[in-house]
Amino acid sequence: MITTASLTFGYPRSIPIFQDFNWQVQHGETWAILGSSGCGKTTLLYLLAGLRFPTKGEIEIDGERLTRPRPHSGLILQDYGLLPWATVRENAGLGLKVREFYGEDGKHAPKNFQPENNVEHWLNRLGLSEVANKYPSQISGGQRQRTAIARTLALSPDLLLMDEPFSSLDAITREDLQNLTLSLCEEQNLTLVIVTHSIEEAASLGGKILLLGSSPRIFENPTVRQGDHRNSQEYRDLCNLLWREMRNETA
Amino acid sequence: MKRRDLLFSAAGLVLIWQVAAMLIQRPILPAPWEVLIVFVQELGNGLVTHFFYSLWRVTAGMALSVLIAAPVGLAVGGSKRLDAIFSPIIYLLYPIPKVVFVPVVLLFLGIGDLAKISIIFLILFFQIVVLVRDQAAGLAPQLIQSLQSLGAGRRALFRFVYLPASLPAILTALRQSIGTAVAVLYITELFATKYGLGYYIYYNGSTLFYYPAMYAGVIAMSLLGLGMYYTVDWLEQRWCKWKFVS
Repeated sequence: MITTASLTFGYPRSIPIFQDFNWQVQHGETWAILGSSGCGKTTLLYLLAGLRFPTKGEIEIDGERLTRPRPHSGLILQDYGLLPWATVRENAGLGLKVREFYGEDGKHAPKNFQPENNVEHWLNRLGLSEVANKYPSQISGGQRQRTAIARTLALSPDLLLMDEPFSSLDAITREDLQNLTLSLCEEQNLTLVIVTHSIEEAASLGGKILLLGSSPRIFENPTVRQGDHRNSQEYRDLCNLLWREMRNETA
Repeated sequence: MKRRDLLFSAAGLVLIWQVAAMLIQRPILPAPWEVLIVFVQELGNGLVTHFFYSLWRVTAGMALSVLIAAPVGLAVGGSKRLDAIFSPIIYLLYPIPKVVFVPVVLLFLGIGDLAKISIIFLILFFQIVVLVRDQAAGLAPQLIQSLQSLGAGRRALFRFVYLPASLPAILTALRQSIGTAVAVLYITELFATKYGLGYYIYYNGSTLFYYPAMYAGVIAMSLLGLGMYYTVDWLEQRWCKWKFVS
């Protein structure tokens, strides 16, 4: 689904963050991108979202070279990016509004885009119906993040890109939303790429984990979708392994 | 602002006025009661017409400045390149007291309403540009990026982010500039007109020495400003509901 070929990227006047980086994501996989601050994990996500562009090499998603934000990718950021002046319902419907604004031009919206109002469905599915008429400042952090997810899912994406989406939430809400994300990925057959600095989050969500550092490395986590994964020995071993690797990386 | 508070404040001011009038005992400061009677008399004697002339000029000036300054502020705030070009110009022109241009504007635009409206426009324009620009430039990058990832290009960003985000800034700019606008209105109406509250106040005070009517004009001007404050508050409550939720 995603292929990066000799991807090179660096900000002007600084050493490149990625140099000849080759990476592949298959359809339906869940990937966690893990790394310490400043390792370039958010940059990689922005590259995948089409908001930044490689200095060399290229990124292909679904066989197409990425030159702009792709209509079928959904991006969810840490700070939710909700409009403060719009209600939960209006925020959830924002993506659809943007698409209707442009019509099916294949650039801003998919060519075969059929305006279908499934906002209510997603508000229901994410438990937001009761707060649908409230503004972002009136609801909890978890609800705001759900609103951002609803807004993305209303556009029927096939790829979900998330940047530290749950880091500012309390532990219980975070775990609920992590589980919700996994079940939504399964239900909607989504490919997931989630950026995180938390080892536990990477080990609970990523079927594969990309650890960024001096040289990017990949860890398999095949039991991620089994029930009670968080209490399994495999989970603990993986966390320990990742912890040691990150330690070595920073040492 | 609650109505009850406004009433109390008005009563307090009238009380101070009454005491001052009793102490000074000169025609230049008539008692509030006397002024009120003249105010009511003058309403039927042309004060209403003067009021509406002033209302029209100040409203037109404000509307014109919003219509022109808001898009300029949005464009400059939304683009680093435009900001680099225009912000220095704005900073050079902003601190100049625009009142000094009154004779120049009168010379170029004549003595009609256009000149008076243009002067009000000149003064408000920069305040609104600066406030709207800061609002647009201060928008969280996450907000812009989220919208871009939803497929929004320049036009959609403008429609769904910049425009609604600038509304509170426009209203704030308007509220801040009502005082200045009314003050400038007074100055512009001193020149080459026979209508408007500025003219009315000056004519009664400095030509006829009919002080109760002059104060009636001052009251009318204060009511004009008050009405404008209320209108802006009302618009804000209607258009920016999200600012009033708790």
